[in-house]
Amino acid sequence: MMQNDENTLLEVSGLRTVFDTRAGVVCAVDGVDVTVRRGECLGVVGESGSGKSVTFGSVMGLVRAPGRIDAGSIIFEGQDLRALGPGQMRAIRGRDIAMTMQDALTALNPALTVGEQIREVLEAHDEELPARGAARRRAIRERAVEMLGLVGIPSPGERLRQYPHEFSGGMRQRIMIAIALASRPKLLIADEPTTALDVTIQAQVLELISDIRARLGMSVVLITHDLGVVAEHCERVMVMYAGQVVEQGPTRDVISAPQHPYTKGLLASIPRPALRGERIHPIQGQVPDLIDLPPQCRFYSRCPLAGPDCLKNIAMQPAGPRRMARCIRVENAATRQEAEV
Amino acid sequence: MTAIDNGPAASADPVVNSIFRRNMATFAENRLALGSAVVVLLFVLMAVFAPFIAPHDPNVTDLFRRLQPPAWQEGGDWAYLLGCDALGRDILSRIIYGARISIFVGAAVVLVATTIGIVAGLAAGFLRGWVDTVISRVVDILLGFPYLIFAIGLMAMMGPGLINIILALVYKEWVIPCRVVRGETLATRELEYVEAARALGASSRHIMMREILPNILSPVIVVSTIRMAHVIILEASLSFLGLGVQPPTASWGAMVADGRAFIMQSWWVSTFPGIAILLLVLGINVASQGLRDAFDPRFHE
Amino acid sequence: MIAQADTALLDVQRLSKTYLGRHNLADRLSGRKQTRVQAVSDVSFGVRPGEILGLIGESGCGKSTLGRSILRLHEPSAGKVVFDGVDVTGLDDAAMKAMRRRMQIIFQDPYASLNPRRTVAEIVGLPLKLHGLTKTPTEARDKVVAMVEKVGLKSAHLDRYPHQFSGGQRQRIGIARALVSNPEFIVCDEPVSALDVSIQAQIIELLTDLKQEMGLTYLFISHDISVIGYLSDRVAVMYLGEIVEMGPVESILTGPRHPYTQSLMSAVPEVDAGVRKARVRLTGDLPSPLSPPSGCKFHTRCPLAIDICRRQAPVTERVGNGHQAACHRLNENLSLLDPVGT
Ligand SMILES: Nc1ncnc2c1ncn2[C@@H]1O[C@H](COP(=O)(O)OP(=O)(O)OP(=O)(O)O)[C@@H](O)[C@H]1O
Ligand SMILES: Nc1ncnc2c1ncn2[C@@H]1O[C@H](COP(=O)(O)OP(=O)(O)OP(=O)(O)O)[C@@H](O)[C@H]1O
Ligand code: SF4
Ligand SMILES: [Mg+2]
Ligand SMILES: [Mg+2]
Repeated sequence: MMQNDENTLLEVSGLRTVFDTRAGVVCAVDGVDVTVRRGECLGVVGESGSGKSVTFGSVMGLVRAPGRIDAGSIIFEGQDLRALGPGQMRAIRGRDIAMTMQDALTALNPALTVGEQIREVLEAHDEELPARGAARRRAIRERAVEMLGLVGIPSPGERLRQYPHEFSGGMRQRIMIAIALASRPKLLIADEPTTALDVTIQAQVLELISDIRARLGMSVVLITHDLGVVAEHCERVMVMYAGQVVEQGPTRDVISAPQHPYTKGLLASIPRPALRGERIHPIQGQVPDLIDLPPQCRFYSRCPLAGPDCLKNIAMQPAGPRRMARCIRVENAATRQEAEV
Repeated sequence: MTAIDNGPAASADPVVNSIFRRNMATFAENRLALGSAVVVLLFVLMAVFAPFIAPHDPNVTDLFRRLQPPAWQEGGDWAYLLGCDALGRDILSRIIYGARISIFVGAAVVLVATTIGIVAGLAAGFLRGWVDTVISRVVDILLGFPYLIFAIGLMAMMGPGLINIILALVYKEWVIPCRVVRGETLATRELEYVEAARALGASSRHIMMREILPNILSPVIVVSTIRMAHVIILEASLSFLGLGVQPPTASWGAMVADGRAFIMQSWWVSTFPGIAILLLVLGINVASQGLRDAFDPRFHE
Repeated sequence: MIAQADTALLDVQRLSKTYLGRHNLADRLSGRKQTRVQAVSDVSFGVRPGEILGLIGESGCGKSTLGRSILRLHEPSAGKVVFDGVDVTGLDDAAMKAMRRRMQIIFQDPYASLNPRRTVAEIVGLPLKLHGLTKTPTEARDKVVAMVEKVGLKSAHLDRYPHQFSGGQRQRIGIARALVSNPEFIVCDEPVSALDVSIQAQIIELLTDLKQEMGLTYLFISHDISVIGYLSDRVAVMYLGEIVEMGPVESILTGPRHPYTQSLMSAVPEVDAGVRKARVRLTGDLPSPLSPPSGCKFHTRCPLAIDICRRQAPVTERVGNGHQAACHRLNENLSLLDPVGT
């Protein structure tokens, strides 16, 4: 684990977020560690329901009843976010950390124009604006136009007066990003920003995020279930499975030589034109129920390498330079793969 | 909107608190609904077994007991618990028999109206086109008339009587289930499982009756029970106006009307049938709300 | 034209579908124009027996509409669909019903496509019942059990309801329902789009196995080029209701000719990225099908558009063996993919 050096922007450790439901306690995030460095793009991948959104919702302080953060620390720029009061948290949210929601199409307020929604953020978080009066209004407008222009909305001046429904899905997604970027956050958490979009539009949005990251020097957490997106846009990747991080490391290394059996299975099961005529090898079975999980490797029931020694809580193990994986057979798996090649 | 979210951050205590409170609320609500259902059931049993329960013949007049007060008042008699009306008839017995009219009319109207409504609504929503245009127009026109005035007009034309009341109310009542069914059908017919049935070669009839109807029945049942309370009030209103079942048959609306002239001296003549109406209508309303919560998945976690 | 009517199992000829909006008396009196969405316009192609034809395109371009019009789930506005030599569009109800046994569909949404109030046994048994394919209830039950096991479920699942299953399992139920009547041709309308990557692979594997085993022919709709590229023998690319390019999968993947196909190929994020691919940046959003652009429908986003593209629609031309495309600038051999930096 890297210690809190200058380069670390966000450090989450031992995060545990649970939901109290009628059926029992759903342990959606169980002992997750995340480190985000300044200026880097971290990719977060994993099956639906693996806890990606809940993890970063917890960082943002957005977990609501019946959910609660049960344990762990969230250190942002040396400050423990869990110790902050709601007011202080609100000030950080939006100013220092911004998140675009998974469903941008419903996350915009349909009753306010796009301009008004950008203004709200600026009003709340921008201290550089003139104090009041016409100068302030003009400055806000200029910033709003600038933000829309930045995300590639044509004729942003006129578009400010329009309502969300007057934009297409891809444009709304870009507006969400514009709103998130309005206060120049240090960390942008983009929760599946392109899942609902078509490939050509998806490429536009992702390139936009990469551009802005380079220009503003911010850090980005890109949540997705598309390993291709991660491969092209993120330096590091974190793979989640059933509420835990199962593997993390530099993207290129993880993708070229996955260590955890789940990551391997995931990569092996992506249909690719290059594999035409060959069989793909899907991971059999299904994700376990997150209620009352027994103390065992969470991938146990689907894992081709599973054995009796997997029936205990498994900790993250070093798995190469700057890499970790949650599997007792990390070495074993690595050698096996070499044997196969 | 995350960036400008002002919701409080969750901390352990309020969360536990609110969960507790919400569960308590759900529980209390269910108990209330359950209690109401029991009240309604009691009324139904009362109506069915009226001859065995009623202490007296509801239609036997006894001028010596004219306007006799309830048992616990000066001049009362424990054999005539709720007192007697202007013709000396036992009010309790008349209320017990009156439940038959209220519940029978309510149930019959809702049953017939719902059946018509389901057929018309399914046809309009599924077949669309001119069928939908015609049915929707008729529905719009009927909705334009005030309900009670419409029923009064019809009763005036057809003359009083049990069957006529039912007819007069059904004439307009079917519109309500029809609209519900049409809306639900329109939404359901677009679902892929309906399309799948068509792709498998199912006939329109099969799709309407077997694929769509079972899936839209719960909202219809809920609406129908709620409407039953309205219908009971309407029947009472018609009887109150003298357009309902004809004397001497006991009916709550007519009983309230009978007592009007003596309301200052002999309050019990109008009050007890009034309370009966209130209890039954309230019971049905609360019970149907519980029913809605139980049926409507949006109320589930 | 690629469709060889003699060898094709399915031959779609100049098929169009226009959705008409509501237009009641009030609209008419107030002079409002009826909205018309031309979801599919003048599409022709053939599918040979045993083949998988991949159909790819952006959301709203008319893929589902095309699939459904072929099965007459939505009545085509114009054109013919010839299945095994029979013009399906001209069939009466009884003949169409018989035809439906041979042409089936698998849907995208594993939640909406199963009736929540029917058990698995009833859902999978419905086609047998509708077409009278089995004589006794036990025979029907046996067939259902066999089918359900074939798609990887257990006979113990038969009396459960759809909500008791996961997305992938539900998709298996949908597949069993489509295949139990032994059809020959299946429209797969994005059958894996709603599923997780690891479950997607399971369903793709199942669909390829079943195709081999039962000798099926697929029209496989998807917006995922990886899936299409992996599965299909031929690929048709759709843009705003038209097929802009079609050909054998290798030619489409390695030598796409239409500017839209080229941008589509370059936009796919690649997992095994050694070098970053050349990128074709499209600007602008998909135009509204309510008011499609004049001329070539792609000209509003096309980096190669010239004057004629705005005025005149290009015709479909042969550009290689079984490969066709519709673009004014095909002959100039311009490729967006060539040396656009790395
Ligand atoms: N309000 C809630 N009540 C109960 N459980 C919840 C709630 N919100 C989330 N969960 C549970 O938390 C788990 C993690 O959910 P999360 O939204 O983080 O998944 P995800 O990885 O973002 O998936 P996706 O890719 O589908 O967005 C899920 O299994 C879900 O069941
Ligand atoms: N029943 C309908 N009534 C009116 N318009 C429709 C109807 N169904 C589809 N459309 C319109 O026709 C066009 C094509 O829709 P279609 O569903 O065929 O697209 P698609 O390519 O399948 O998209 P997706 O990838 O999102 O499923 C869209 O503009 C859509 O709005
Ligand atoms: S015809 Fe013109 S606009 Fe259309 S794709 Fe070709 S070059 Fe582009
Ligand atoms: Mg999520
Ligand atoms: Mg579709």
